Amino acid sequence: MNLPSPGLPDFDYVSADTSDEVVSLLLKYPNDARLFMGGTDIFLHMRDRLVTPKLLVDVKHLPGMTSIDFDPKSGLRLGAAATLNMIARHQAVVKYYSLLAEAIDAFGMYQLRNRATIGGNLCNASPCADTGPIALVYEASLLAIGPKGERTIPAAEFFLGPGKNALDEGEFLMRIDFPTPPKGCAGRYLKLGRNSAGDLALVSAAVMAYPDESVKSSYSFRLALASVAPTPIRVPAAEAILARDPLTDETIELAANEAEATSRPIDDIRASAHYRKAMVKALTRRGILEVRTMLEKEG
Amino acid sequence: MGTHRITLTVNRVQEVAEVPSNLTLLDFLRERLALTGTKNGCSTGECGACTVMMNGEPVNSCLVLAVEADGAEILTIEGLAHDGQLDTLQKAFIELTGTQCGFCAPGILISARALLNRNPHPSEAEIRDALRGHLCRCTGYVRIVESIQAAAKAGG
Ligand SMILES: Cc1cc2nc3c(=O)[nH]c(=O)nc-3n(C[C@H](O)[C@H](O)[C@H](O)COP(=O)(O)OP(=O)(O)OC[C@H]3O[C@@H](n4cnc5c(N)ncnc54)[C@H](O)[C@@H]3O)c2cc1C
Repeated sequence: MNLPSPGLPDFDYVSADTSDEVVSLLLKYPNDARLFMGGTDIFLHMRDRLVTPKLLVDVKHLPGMTSIDFDPKSGLRLGAAATLNMIARHQAVVKYYSLLAEAIDAFGMYQLRNRATIGGNLCNASPCADTGPIALVYEASLLAIGPKGERTIPAAEFFLGPGKNALDEGEFLMRIDFPTPPKGCAGRYLKLGRNSAGDLALVSAAVMAYPDESVKSSYSFRLALASVAPTPIRVPAAEAILARDPLTDETIELAANEAEATSRPIDDIRASAHYRKAMVKALTRRGILEVRTMLEKEG
Repeated sequence: MGTHRITLTVNRVQEVAEVPSNLTLLDFLRERLALTGTKNGCSTGECGACTVMMNGEPVNSCLVLAVEADGAEILTIEGLAHDGQLDTLQKAFIELTGTQCGFCAPGILISARALLNRNPHPSEAEIRDALRGHLCRCTGYVRIVESIQAAAKAGG
């Protein structure tokens, strides 16, 4: 039998004022210091004694850490500690980044989203993180700060495995940049949980498409999946089919088959791999069909 | 380990306290201030029983450190009534039996207050969405939704 959750283990808390302070604390205590912003992942891991840092460094009050800026040319710049509710409320997100807004809407619950940050969601590198596939389809890049200064990591290279991201020792995530979406872009984020009340994704699919004269079908697609591989994944084989063939129901079926074939889900307490594979196909097909309808309306 | 001196307002009263790093805001409210209206349900952000308002927005106080609340304004169920008057929501919950065992009610009332503050005339879907993070095992939610609708009608 599981005993009731114990409290948080002992640790020391410091709120960092500068990037230099964060980097030097991480270098000084490589095994003992952990960063946090909303705490909605790490506090749970600490209660379960999966991690027991001696020092928690609160990085959400660093200058610029919660800022949200949009410029039509350069796109959307999100401070890593911007909370999901702050992001969802931002006019530019509502107007230009509908997939991000949809993913936030499907994310947890309102009061959690007042604490949960986008940077924490990405750094936690859970295969089921809702903003993972979104960062992939918008081809976001992550700005890390470390001992050697700044470095930009494409989202496609950021996730290495469950709980593992591409940050090096002494590095932390400062900002996430979403480029301006392609012209005429439409998208859908479909998330399947055990219930519709903000459960973690059993499977989710992000589908984005835009008119593109340089490809045969006249539409370029970007597809990404969560919860069906050790990291969120793009599905290049399905994207290639959709770029090549006219957007008929048969083409869409072929692309959905590719998504299913590309996925590598596992059995766990929330769903079987078999079920997840079937749902990858269903959600991908449904997402593409819905996006096709959106594009037809636009065009 | 480390302790920190924090200054915050809780239900419009200033509090100064010395807190260890690992004390949650929930335990601070319940154990230090004896404000036991806020409940500890799951300790993992799932059930919503510990919801309080922090700087005007609802949060799961089981997932906030007391030290993070330094400088903050906290509102708990004990502070919802003001000037000797129950909040419109409290009146509606009493009239329409929006609460049975009552364990989830403090958190729900805080989330509902936050909802009506940002959206004075929510649709039923918006009300249900705001309740997504609150588990109630008695009412079946219908009376809760009706109570919030009645409060909105009565002017929020
Ligand atoms: C009830 C509940 C429901 C949830 N529902 C969802 C859901 O629907 N979808 C979903 O995707 N997630 C969900 N989550 C998980 C969690 O809320 C999110 O992953 C959240 O976005 C994490 O952000 P945070 O700021 O709270 O992270 P934190 O817990 O503060 O940090 C997460 C991780 O990132 C590291 N870190 C923090 N900041 C930095 C930084 N600046 N640089 C480098 N590393 C850093 C930390 O050390 C830690 O390992 C849920 C959690 C709970 C408790």
